Amino acid sequence: MLLAVFADIHANRQAFDACLKAARAKGAERIILLGDYVGYGADPEWTVDAVMGLVEEGAIAVRGNHDNAIGVASETMNAVAQAAIEWTRGRLSALQRRFLADLPLAVEDEDRLYVHSEASSPARWRYVQTTSDAARSIAATSARVTFCGHIHAPALYSMSSAAKMTSFVPTTDVAVQLFVQLLAGRRWLAVIGSVGQPRDGDPAACFATFDTSSGEITYCRVPYDVETAANRIRENGLPRWLADRLLAGR
Amino acid sequence: MANPSRGKPSIQSGEEIDGFVIGERVHRGGMATLWSVTHPGIATPLLMKIPVVSEGEDPAAIVSFEMEQMILPRISGPHVPRCFGTGDFARQPYVVIERLPGQTLYARLGDLPLGYEEAGSIAGKIAAALADLHRQNVIHHDIKPSSIMFRETGEAVLIDFGLSHHNQLPDLLQEEFRVPFGTAPYMAPERLLGVRDDPRSDIFSLGVLLYFFTTGVRPFGESETLRGMRRRLWRDPYPPRQLRADYPPWLQEIVLRCLEIEPVWRYPTASQLAFELAHPDQIKLTARSERVRRDSLATVLRRRFNRGVSLPKPKSDLAAQLASGPIVAVALDTAEASGALNEALRVTAERILATLPSARLACVNVLKLGRITIDRTLDEQGYNKHVDRLVALRHWASPFKLDESRLSVHVLEAIDPAAAIVEFAAINHVDHIIIGARQNSTRRTLLGSVSAKVVAEATCTITVVRPPRLAIARDQEKRRDERVSR
Repeated sequence: MLLAVFADIHANRQAFDACLKAARAKGAERIILLGDYVGYGADPEWTVDAVMGLVEEGAIAVRGNHDNAIGVASETMNAVAQAAIEWTRGRLSALQRRFLADLPLAVEDEDRLYVHSEASSPARWRYVQTTSDAARSIAATSARVTFCGHIHAPALYSMSSAAKMTSFVPTTDVAVQLFVQLLAGRRWLAVIGSVGQPRDGDPAACFATFDTSSGEITYCRVPYDVETAANRIRENGLPRWLADRLLAGR
Repeated sequence: MANPSRGKPSIQSGEEIDGFVIGERVHRGGMATLWSVTHPGIATPLLMKIPVVSEGEDPAAIVSFEMEQMILPRISGPHVPRCFGTGDFARQPYVVIERLPGQTLYARLGDLPLGYEEAGSIAGKIAAALADLHRQNVIHHDIKPSSIMFRETGEAVLIDFGLSHHNQLPDLLQEEFRVPFGTAPYMAPERLLGVRDDPRSDIFSLGVLLYFFTTGVRPFGESETLRGMRRRLWRDPYPPRQLRADYPPWLQEIVLRCLEIEPVWRYPTASQLAFELAHPDQIKLTARSERVRRDSLATVLRRRFNRGVSLPKPKSDLAAQLASGPIVAVALDTAEASGALNEALRVTAERILATLPSARLACVNVLKLGRITIDRTLDEQGYNKHVDRLVALRHWASPFKLDESRLSVHVLEAIDPAAAIVEFAAINHVDHIIIGARQNSTRRTLLGSVSAKVVAEATCTITVVRPPRLAIARDQEKRRDERVSR
């Protein structure tokens, strides 16, 4: 089965729409959503509706820290993120807020784990930035492959049977549809990169596909209409920096 | 190294794995065993390679096998063994490759030194194989006589990818082990510093092989200790002419250039090395070809204790600076099928921009209008098409990381694409148009080529780009496969 995995959509309608289209064109049979549907972007209502619709059709979705912050006022965030959350909260219906609050923090699916931040302590929203962060997450789960988001840049970690770690940054060149066979003798942590706010210097949206029979993960980059997404942020009076960073992919 | 007697044989003759019937064992090495196998659906003679894995063994055998398992299925062409299947550690780890006739180049060690012509011809074949491998994003990292075989048609075939680096795959060896893995006499100096992503390391190893095959002596000895190997970071080998008075200057030029300590002084590509080996009469001889002694002790000591001192930068002048700021227009087709061509265009544009630090880049696409529907209304579909193309152009240009002031994107709407591009160039004082030419297009035959018309009519410099042959072949293969799978 071909899975399409999306992380950190952040209410970016143009990016999510482009990624969904690309995933369907690749023949994705199941959608996995790794959280942070809202925050930063200007189209939270549309995005949450889209996620609710996908879940109804069988998609798996977990909760991210921004989704969590909609319901929990005490969530610690920087000022810009907090401002975006306050704005978003007012836009969402009670039904949408309830949907986000009820999402699970992690879902196990055969030998795979889906979680927003990492597996060792999903509610603490830790960032996986080093091989030791990745090792801690892999050690905390029995899943062979963990899929996560949260850091907005793609990365791929593996742990060998001797507990040695490797790290790898998938190339961001769109001409290269980069695929890696997740060898069965290792355990893997795949950080997907962000649909709605990439921060690795490439403004194109990220998602990944995973073929459960061949074990191949493909990192995809999708160009989308960044200008419109940025304009929507400006038009809605959200912090301008959130629009600027979309254009720069930073 | 693994002790083969300790590893239990994991398979037996006559057994069947994934349809492959196991025959006799043909080789037993420290890292792997090789078995001849057959498959009812495959006529090619086959070999199954099984890693030696038992408790307490060096994990290098496992990791090397994992690298081969990832790399072998991705590479193709006459210079690598064809891969017919892989099996995972979850069940029985193996790779099945075509069984090549004959022996490795190791069998020739008794005949050394070889004649200059013959050694040069062998090295030329290996360089061609390396060029093909490097084009496929792989650095071999273990070039030595026992990694090289030849097809009956003459091409060199590189085998054993357990230490290789693939530019688009995790490098399990780099991350997992701190000491460099490889064969000590052939290892490039930068490998000792942990560098695994420079294809010129393979050129160095080929230089060692060529030196050895023409002199009978290994240029850096056979020391296996890290200390002994590190000497090559500052100590140059004896020039071959010191060992053999009749050593041809052209060959010494080639060998010593391959063995340069700094990768930047070696041949930039294996193709260029292959070209030189094929045209010895056209080689530009430098002081290298005349050398009869190693570098002086003072030079060696300077190298040893001044590592990391950078080379002087070339100074710029005003005229060059002016010439470095032209307007370059790239005409792009954004259609899905033009991937290889657009990649080739990008490579060309990148080269041009790299030499011109203040050039401006204009990316141009023509939205072709029908002759009948000139009164196109700005319906939603038309508007989206326009926006999609602007997005695609901007995305195409994004890897250049150009400052916004140096980049612009343009979608021209026109009935005649060539005329639109020519007009755009004239109006915008474009200095240089880069445009792609399609291969074997029926549309070109029927309607005439856009690039040909632009070349004929525009008044500035024009570069017509075609995708490299390999990419065309791969695209055609892909299209053929798609047709089959439909």
